Amino acid sequence: MQYAISILLSGVSLGGQYALIAIGYTMVYGILRLINFAHGDVFMVAGLMMVYLTASLPLAASIPLVLVLTVLLGFIIERAAYKPLREAPRMSVMISAIGVSYLLQNLATYVTGGLPKMYPEIPGISNTITIAGVPTKVVTVVTPVLVLVLVLALTQLIHHTKVGMAMRAVAKDFETAQLMGIKINAVISVTFIIGSFLAAVGSVLYFTNYQSIVPLSGALPGLRAFVAAVFGGIGSIPGAVVGAFIIGISESVIKGSSWSIFSDAFTFALLIIILVVKPTGLFGEKVTDKV
Amino acid sequence: MKKTVNKSAWAGLLCAAALLALVVILENVLDPNKNIMVFAALKKGAVYALVAVSMNLLNGFTGLFSLGQAGFMLLGAYTYAILTIPVSQREAVYYIYNGSAVNFSLPELFGGGAFGLVLGVVLALVLGGCVAAAVAWLIGLPVLRLKSDYLAIATLGFGEIIRAVFQWDKLGPVTNGANALKNFPTFSSFNITNGSGETVLRLSTFTAFLLAGICIAVIVLLINSTYGRAFKAIRDDEVAAEAMGINLSKHKRLAFVISSFFAGVGGGMFAMFANQAQAKTFTTAMTYEILLIVVIGGIGSVSGSCIAAFLYVAASEWWLRFLDAETFIGGFKVPLLRNGFRMVVFSVVIMIVVLFFRRGIMGDKELPDLLKKRRKEGAK
Amino acid sequence: MKENVLKVENVTMQFGGVVAVDNLNLEVGKGEIVALIGPNGAGKTTAFNVITGVYQPTNGAVWFQGEKIVENHPQGKMKQQYKGEHAGDYAQVLAPTPDKVTRLGMARTFQNIRLWKSQTVFDNVLIAKHCRATSNVFSAAFRLNRKEEAVQRENVLELLETVGLADVKDEPATSLPYGKQRRLEIARALAAEPKLLLLDEPAAGMNPQETEELTAFIGEIRDRFHLTVFLIEHHMNLVMNISDRIYVLDFGKLIAQGDPAAIQNDKRVIDAYLGVSEDA
Repeated sequence: MQYAISILLSGVSLGGQYALIAIGYTMVYGILRLINFAHGDVFMVAGLMMVYLTASLPLAASIPLVLVLTVLLGFIIERAAYKPLREAPRMSVMISAIGVSYLLQNLATYVTGGLPKMYPEIPGISNTITIAGVPTKVVTVVTPVLVLVLVLALTQLIHHTKVGMAMRAVAKDFETAQLMGIKINAVISVTFIIGSFLAAVGSVLYFTNYQSIVPLSGALPGLRAFVAAVFGGIGSIPGAVVGAFIIGISESVIKGSSWSIFSDAFTFALLIIILVVKPTGLFGEKVTDKV
Repeated sequence: MKKTVNKSAWAGLLCAAALLALVVILENVLDPNKNIMVFAALKKGAVYALVAVSMNLLNGFTGLFSLGQAGFMLLGAYTYAILTIPVSQREAVYYIYNGSAVNFSLPELFGGGAFGLVLGVVLALVLGGCVAAAVAWLIGLPVLRLKSDYLAIATLGFGEIIRAVFQWDKLGPVTNGANALKNFPTFSSFNITNGSGETVLRLSTFTAFLLAGICIAVIVLLINSTYGRAFKAIRDDEVAAEAMGINLSKHKRLAFVISSFFAGVGGGMFAMFANQAQAKTFTTAMTYEILLIVVIGGIGSVSGSCIAAFLYVAASEWWLRFLDAETFIGGFKVPLLRNGFRMVVFSVVIMIVVLFFRRGIMGDKELPDLLKKRRKEGAK
Repeated sequence: MKENVLKVENVTMQFGGVVAVDNLNLEVGKGEIVALIGPNGAGKTTAFNVITGVYQPTNGAVWFQGEKIVENHPQGKMKQQYKGEHAGDYAQVLAPTPDKVTRLGMARTFQNIRLWKSQTVFDNVLIAKHCRATSNVFSAAFRLNRKEEAVQRENVLELLETVGLADVKDEPATSLPYGKQRRLEIARALAAEPKLLLLDEPAAGMNPQETEELTAFIGEIRDRFHLTVFLIEHHMNLVMNISDRIYVLDFGKLIAQGDPAAIQNDKRVIDAYLGVSEDA
């Protein structure tokens, strides 16, 4: 019983962390129809920034700084690597995203010398507490709560502000939105800013649990989060969150069994199953190409 | 019309033969021990050229975006290794698992010797390709009916997972777990030795070139056939292609399976080049590397992929090595140079190509096209 | 009327709550040229898409050369939403993909030209021959299909001569002037060796002279290739000159049918369509 609770707890927390990454994927895909392969690496870079900043700054200063710098990174990536290719075939943008991912990973290898870095302890959320007789870190409890708060704030933003309306319009029809005078580039920048911000928050929560960080740390969580986004229905924020919790919990369950090596294979199998059964995901809308 | 086609085919064959002859001469005139880098770059370049062309068949000619190349190479490499490790070596290679579950070796089954070696190696490479193709078929079955984006993510996931599965302890007697498979025939096994073990004729680089050349030639033949034209139609306009009677899922699956087959063969050859096969080498970064070769060479150009493969390998393995070494010039330490810097420079160069020279070296043209154009201009 | 090549039977196409085509019935006889006209948004292209397998109809059936090729009935959520008639008449589900329909002997052109942009004029037509090739991928790659390929190339050359594009055969398809691109699209459709040719606004964007040439051209190819032609068009001159019969669609419903003279004098048609639209 205790074991089951601890598995469930870590699954929920993992799911929350994936949800924060998945939202970035799903929003960018919704608007640009682009799989932002660099998103997982932005998440990793946020983690590394934390490592280096806490080495010289107090924690209270470095956390906000990490958030700001990650947002800046996301913004710069979009402006430098995706915006110039707005008119290019979609494959070019996808390749550019892969190029950015490759660059970030190589930069991280260069800076860290390829060695794993210890993630700093964050007082408050690194502490251990006991829930229902199960010892766990505070972060496990904080994550789902924080995710819910952030997602609620985000849906408020999308449904009740002008920029949110613009985002929905651009996601619905890129060209018409442009013709209606919506500043496309501003909307896309906002999307990347929100995505990167959530990824930065996710990285603080995730690496507090995992302690060490290497240049490839972003790749797999990124992939799982993307699968979560597809699972929930790409383009849909609630879908991404639900998908992320499902992926997180099942990963935690499988990791706790003797089949742990197949946890990613299971995630992948889940992707294939949903694509076969319901290609639009749990909450996705069907889009038909016009002939 | 037909005559010119034949003429260019003959010209192509002649060029290939000349290139192969040049490689043999080079290898036997230069001392390979003093020029390790040159020959390593040539062999790896040949392997990468094949894998890049196989990826181009899918990404450049069919318009499908797959990121599973390293995974399919892994399948090819392991199949090749498992089928060719001499029985006498198996105990040593699989020492952790007390020997291998597979107790035969193709070159030995064919009676050993030069004949057995050639036949065994070729068959093992082809089987490696077949395993990769079969897996691709399975992945393609559900995924290729959907929008092409999903293929990218599904193959990327496959590439990550296959690595983990091959390192699984319980598969150890077959895959040797996380340890490398080695002691199988490599390119150097094709050097001809005399009775006392001295090398008389070096053919290792030649073998790499010959194998890659044959495979690339087959891909080129396919691209220029009626099926290749159908692939290009799918790339240019899927709706029109389907309306003109081209079965989309069948042709996409065909392109994916063939591309994966040659990636598998390329993987086997990579094992021959590296003298070992180990799951952890076939990372997503490797797929990215190959994709970037395709981009640098020009998406939709076979000759571009080949040229870019050699340039890329030569630059990363040989010309730019100095970037990774800490260097002092007269007591002054050159800044930035240390381990990892080479890859950073590389990725920056690649981003520049992706953003500003999107057509790559060749665009979607082939080498003969450029020569023809020049001749035409000269005639004017 | 001669035997049917195409028969559309009680076809309804509903997208969500919107009925794009409402209980459409029409027949096209062998060797005929039949036009489908109607104001913008009347559901003409949707009807084409149902016939060619791009869309699966919500209800109804399509027959081609005496064989039922498409059939469907409201399923799932549609059961409640369905607004059309004849819901109980169809039980089977037949949903061929467009490529299969084409191989059965139907070929189409598109309202907005869809040529393969990176290919030459010659290759555009040659690729359409692919669906008639019998070679498998191995024999094709290793050139064991040389004879078939040679025959195909010869046919394509002949075809290009017939349609008057032989002189530009090595040009990139997109470098052609607009009128010739339309012509190339028709040539490409002909290369698939259809019995029934479906033309979606073949004269769109053409000037009067080009339209006149096209009118003659459609008649010519019908006779030369023993075709049946079914077309959507807005240019009334073309439609009235060329068609044996005309169907008029408005808001998804068939409002009139008959020969050109009858249609020109039909009050409903004039109200719905001719009276308000420009007479081009």
